[in-house]
Amino acid sequence: MVFQGIGASVRRKEDVRFLSGKGNYTDDINRPGQLYAYIQRSDRPHATIDSIDIAAASAAPGVVKVFVGADIVEAGLGGIPCGWQIHNQDGSPMAEPMHPVIAVGKVRHVGDPVAVVIAETRQDAKNAAELLEITYTDLPAVANLTDAVKPGAGEVHDGVAGNICYDWAIGDKSVIDGVFASAHKVVKLDLINNRLIPNAMEPRVALGDFDTSSGDWTLYTTSQNPHVIRLLMGAFVLHIPENKLRVVAPDVGGGFGSKIYHYAEEAIVTWAAGKLRRPVKWTADRSESFMSDAHGRDHVSTAEMAIDKEGHFLGLRITTLANMGAYLSTFAPAVPTYLYATLLAGVYKTPVIYCNVKAVFTNTVPVDAYRGAGRPEATYLLERLVDVIAMETGIDKVELRRKNFIGVDAFPYQTPVALQYDSGDYQTTLKVALKNADWDGFEARRAEAKKRGKLRGIGISTYVEACGIAPSAVVGSLGARAGLYEVAEIRVHPTGSVTVFTGTHSHGQGHETTFAQLVVDQLGVPFDQIEIVHGDTAKIPFGMGTYGSRSLPVGGSAMVKAMDKVIAKGKKIAAHLMEAAVEDIEFKDNTFTVAGTDKSKTLTDISLAAYVPHNYPIEELEPGLDETAFYDPKNFTFPGGCHIAELEVDPETGVVEMINFTAVDDVGRVINPMIVEGQVQGGVAQGIGQALMEACIYDSSGQLLSGSYMDYTMPRANDIPNLSVATENTMCTHNPLGSKGCGEVGAIGSPPAVINAVVDALKDYGVRHLDMPATGAKLWSIIQAAPSSGNAPAMAAE
Amino acid sequence: MYDFAYQKPGSLADAVKVLSGDMEAKALAGGQTLIPVLKQRLNKPATVVDLSALGLTGITVSGGVITIGAMTRHADIASNADIKAKIPGLAHQASLIGDEAVRHRGTMGGSLANNDPAACYPSALLALGGTIKTDRRTIAADDFFQGMFTTALEQGEIITSIDLPIPEKSAYEKFRNPASRYAIVGVFVAKFANGVRLAITGASQDGVFRHTEMEKALSANFSPDAIAGIVTPADGLNGDIHASSEYRAHLIGVISKRAVAKAA
Ligand SMILES: Cc1cc2nc3c(=O)[nH]c(=O)nc-3n(C[C@H](O)[C@H](O)[C@H](O)COP(=O)(O)OP(=O)(O)OC[C@H]3O[C@@H](n4cnc5c(N)ncnc54)[C@H](O)[C@@H]3O)c2cc1C
Repeated sequence: MVFQGIGASVRRKEDVRFLSGKGNYTDDINRPGQLYAYIQRSDRPHATIDSIDIAAASAAPGVVKVFVGADIVEAGLGGIPCGWQIHNQDGSPMAEPMHPVIAVGKVRHVGDPVAVVIAETRQDAKNAAELLEITYTDLPAVANLTDAVKPGAGEVHDGVAGNICYDWAIGDKSVIDGVFASAHKVVKLDLINNRLIPNAMEPRVALGDFDTSSGDWTLYTTSQNPHVIRLLMGAFVLHIPENKLRVVAPDVGGGFGSKIYHYAEEAIVTWAAGKLRRPVKWTADRSESFMSDAHGRDHVSTAEMAIDKEGHFLGLRITTLANMGAYLSTFAPAVPTYLYATLLAGVYKTPVIYCNVKAVFTNTVPVDAYRGAGRPEATYLLERLVDVIAMETGIDKVELRRKNFIGVDAFPYQTPVALQYDSGDYQTTLKVALKNADWDGFEARRAEAKKRGKLRGIGISTYVEACGIAPSAVVGSLGARAGLYEVAEIRVHPTGSVTVFTGTHSHGQGHETTFAQLVVDQLGVPFDQIEIVHGDTAKIPFGMGTYGSRSLPVGGSAMVKAMDKVIAKGKKIAAHLMEAAVEDIEFKDNTFTVAGTDKSKTLTDISLAAYVPHNYPIEELEPGLDETAFYDPKNFTFPGGCHIAELEVDPETGVVEMINFTAVDDVGRVINPMIVEGQVQGGVAQGIGQALMEACIYDSSGQLLSGSYMDYTMPRANDIPNLSVATENTMCTHNPLGSKGCGEVGAIGSPPAVINAVVDALKDYGVRHLDMPATGAKLWSIIQAAPSSGNAPAMAAE
Repeated sequence: MYDFAYQKPGSLADAVKVLSGDMEAKALAGGQTLIPVLKQRLNKPATVVDLSALGLTGITVSGGVITIGAMTRHADIASNADIKAKIPGLAHQASLIGDEAVRHRGTMGGSLANNDPAACYPSALLALGGTIKTDRRTIAADDFFQGMFTTALEQGEIITSIDLPIPEKSAYEKFRNPASRYAIVGVFVAKFANGVRLAITGASQDGVFRHTEMEKALSANFSPDAIAGIVTPADGLNGDIHASSEYRAHLIGVISKRAVAKAA
């Protein structure tokens, strides 16, 4: 039999469905009598809504109903809740302005919903929307962080002074200032983490359904976490109890974080379905996605490192402005605080760290977690700063990193910013990456490139991240309004096949394969007799979904626990059937054996007995073989590693060509090496996208300039070089699998490696730093402005 | 997309009749520009007239001229043996347009009629000194383009074919917009016995144009060095979030040199 347990690169069984067009996505679902919603969105960044005349639209062909903000006020709908509360330095809670599902009185970003037209067809709804007469009075808009915090700037929300959502800090200011006062040297860097638009391949869709006989609502939605949506929407927005509300997230075509959050459209279609007693579907078109999916990143920071004579890091002091957009999205406040500032130790022993974060409202689309969420921002800041330190001290950049690494014997390692790393070996991932990238041979390659008129650069990033989120009590103390455990139910059927119900959600990650491998491994059930079910609150226990690389370390651990329970119960049944003591029963390879004898029963014998309990210890044991376990992690997990980028810049045009990319990551126990490789590849592609191409651009008035693929540069296959991906793993010490998670490492580790390589390529031009994305246009103007050169470097003498 | 009537006439005369009689009718070729425009509701034709049944496809060589039917697709131009041998710059240019799907729908006639300032073919037509044939007349390349998205075509006038003189040498170099992959600067250079023509697309606010200073220098000496010193002023060039007018002006120099190097 082919090995399909832990460690096998089993082909993804879901791919047959996806690649042959047999996926069942939300937009594939249609309900009898279905209506279509079109959302009229604001084309103003900031304005009062003076009037909305819906008469003509309401009378248009096919139109069933037009809803505006006043209707949701009248119906008593709640605002979209925020799932995380941060406190200011002075102890007061963050500003949490109302986020209505349809704008009431004011619009605050281009894309804010103003009216909803519901009609028999999508075409009817769109036609009618053009007949809406909306009058606005424009208000001063703030489109970016620097403008929003200027004195006298327009205010996004009345009563939120200076647009500050919160002013938060970690670390002791007086201690860090003391470190800086006596330091040998201070290296300072201002940097921007560019705003990104997630761009999942499948746009968001929501279909609300109402069963007039039962009075139950169902929402089909493109979500990474159906239970979270049910909780937030049911309890806070629509006031529907859980038993009356089912949320289904079927096949979902990518999320990257953007499908975690509870969005207005979900509440609108669910509520409207109840009001109109007919199903209502909304499908985003791509342009709508650009202006309504939560964006990512968008930080402006100043970072300073105090160092001693030898280059040891003594203290890190940071101030960051983080863009929240116009409203607080579900997890937005957590991203620049507990997912960012707590990661600022990185892989280094820096003893003292202080970080002040001001979260800022602007007249832009809400910003929330996007693949990596806070950790890419921390890693980029740190790894850029380390390179600048190397540049300014003359210490070799690899040596500088090595010298400051947390040693392999220092684990568990308590950082000065709350986290305790359980395991890691940064020297090893570095060593292997340097070898795989042929770091030592680089100067020869640079010289060869120079002969061709190209500027070759190499860049490195050594990183750690915190994922597998998260211990509920810990995140609760940090402001989370949710628990972050995970749940699994293992249902062994009478003939020994297995269905797994998991609270995580797969939107491209391949859980149907990986999770089945866990069952193969632990229960010995053949791969093709295992089914994974997720994404339906009517089927699965209350789970928290998928984000923060948590599915395997948290969701998988819940499965292990549930399978332990199955085995424990199975042993009791086996003991009864084989007339042995429970303590003498062993389970291995799908078989229960009485230790030291040849008496055995297969799992199928046991499951059959459990469901046909004729000969069964019915007095002390319930029938059935169906176990549920909740697993609350003891700590975050800490994947880490080393990424190395090698590229060439064409000095005549400024254009960067990626040549090589090497990743050596520590992701803990690997269940399916092929899937891990794919996850890292995808993450690195996104990281290269952020570093070289992607930029969400608003003009100063708040209009979105990069609002389509004509202007927003997504990385394409031929922008990505061949990726050398390897793992050097240390085990997570606190979960039963030893797995750390691999979903985000690629996007976290790679951007600074790429920018470090660009800066290295431009070293003859005196470039100290440049902000992402490193487009040809940007590099060309940097090269032009460089004091040391004309247009091109001297070609090597032929 | 708004509702519209769809017609697929079987003769050129019928097509012209529908298009001329109705100011709100639009010709449909490959649909790679028109359909996205309709989907965004930026255009509201009452009737869409599909040109695909008019027999306007095909590539023929005769004398010193290659004639390309207006409805010939980019993919067919890119892979045509005669074009590859005789106007390699054009085959290469067609291969750089959009992606496979676009190249298997989009047509040369559609692209030229549309005259997007960032489109590729206008530079080939102008640099090769080609001629547009329509249902009613012929129009020289130099007279055809009249600023961005504007051509000499009259309401209802249909391009039927394009005549392109075969040059001694030709090349197209494209500096792509990183997002859309249209041209930020596209340079088509064609060397004929009696001189060199070089046309630039993507860069100017007025659409495609001939760089006469470079043409003169190259006619005297067909080498990249001949134009190395020519500075193109940034005035009148496009500037956007991808490239300032100064960057475009600079790229005109770089990309032109590369086009010449490739052709020479
Ligand atoms: C993703 C994408 C990428 C692209 N990238 C590029 C690129 O890199 N470079 C580039 O040059 N182009 C690019 N294009 C545009 C593409 O080349 C189109 O095919 C072309 O611009 C229009 O040709 P069409 O046959 O599709 O015309 P259609 O879209 O059908 O028509 C375009 C216009 O021309 C009119 N028209 C069409 N045929 C005729 C005719 N025979 N006579 C008179 N009027 C006519 C139509 O009425 C319409 O107004 C891209 C398009 C897409 C979708």
